[in-house]
Amino acid sequence: MDAGRKDIDALIDLMAKLPGLGPRSARRAVLHLIKKRGRLMGPLADAMKAVSENARECVKCGNIGTGTICDICASEKRATGQICIVEDVADLWAMERAAVFRGRYHVLGGTLSALDAIGPEELRIPLLISRVRDEGITEIILALNATIDGQTTAHYIADELSGTCTVTSLAQGVPIGGELDYLDDGTITAALNARKGF
Amino acid sequence: MIEWHDQGAVLAVRKHGETSVIVDVFTENHGRHAGVVRGGISRKMTPHLQPGGQVALTWKARIEDQLGSFTFEPIKSRAAAVMNDPMALSALNSITAMLAFALPEREAHSYLYADSMTLLDKLGTDANWPLDYLQWELSMLEELGFGLDLSSCAATGGRDDLIYVSPKSGRAVSRKGAGEWADRMLPLPQCLLGQAPLEYREIQRGMMTTGHFLNRFAAEMGGRPIPVARDRFMDRLGKRAAQEPAPFAG
Repeated sequence: MDAGRKDIDALIDLMAKLPGLGPRSARRAVLHLIKKRGRLMGPLADAMKAVSENARECVKCGNIGTGTICDICASEKRATGQICIVEDVADLWAMERAAVFRGRYHVLGGTLSALDAIGPEELRIPLLISRVRDEGITEIILALNATIDGQTTAHYIADELSGTCTVTSLAQGVPIGGELDYLDDGTITAALNARKGF
Repeated sequence: MIEWHDQGAVLAVRKHGETSVIVDVFTENHGRHAGVVRGGISRKMTPHLQPGGQVALTWKARIEDQLGSFTFEPIKSRAAAVMNDPMALSALNSITAMLAFALPEREAHSYLYADSMTLLDKLGTDANWPLDYLQWELSMLEELGFGLDLSSCAATGGRDDLIYVSPKSGRAVSRKGAGEWADRMLPLPQCLLGQAPLEYREIQRGMMTTGHFLNRFAAEMGGRPIPVARDRFMDRLGKRAAQEPAPFAG
């Protein structure tokens, strides 16, 4: 290895560990950053340093922000009595992109899994139960993935919260823009079971 | 290049690298078999790789001992039938976890395969599936070399009033045959003998008995714990049993 390129190669190695990037694409990205050092690389390095120092999990919901409590939990406007339960922060951000839900969230940090021996204690379920009790929650919306593990977790939470508030879940069925011919039979079955008046 | 075609039910899926998964499948002719599915985390493939899903498979590897890779065609999804039924869903979790736990890899178990597929198809659709589940656990014990003999009393040889199972021999024991050892015996649910209607309470008691022998099997296999999915299913049964009217005393 060329001694003069040691730092650059170290950066390429680190970039290659990012999702979606391999060694070749990491090399291309690093080269691009070096060429745009002033306009892109410097600000990117500053932003990464700032996020690395300040990013943390919200102690209430598990969202990632830069404060102890995230903006959503801090906002009084979002104290609607509804909590939407999601598996991961990426799901929370996806829900926020849609901008239709105006309540608060709770990130579980995974799903129950028999295979990986993940039980309720490994998730943020005990915290959820205390939030429902302390924050006067009237409705829990289960926005978990329509997978076996996701729905197993959903039923577990519904059982735990039975009698304390209304528990609802996202509908399952045909996606917007979806064509029946391309859907799997499980989705078609779920969609047919959840049909509604037209 | 080695290649075979078969079909089976997905037992478990683990992420492998960024885009692939390792799928554990219970196949008809090759037993429990794993392989890599390239692109297995894609939105197109994920719905077909849910536990319990039936798939037609092609397995390829350069040499026999390699993990190899699967290509598959979906045959049937079983997830949608159970997703809204918490008890059937927990049973599906228990079945797939127990098969993945107990079966050795690459060893055909054609009878257990047939029983497992029949049970998976009944989940959430046939009212008697909890009894089928219990019978399936008996089939699995048989396959694992811990089969129970419920045909006659181990002590007296009689066929009447069989209400216990010996925790040592796995044979049925009658009330008279148990004598002073009755409190050490395991319960024998009468619905297993076709002498009582299906009750969740009875299924739960039966699972305590099969659980005893499954634990013995687990101890012999290095002391690995039985998957928690089975305990969760038993909890669900217990909740359902608590809603049943109490049995007559005596």
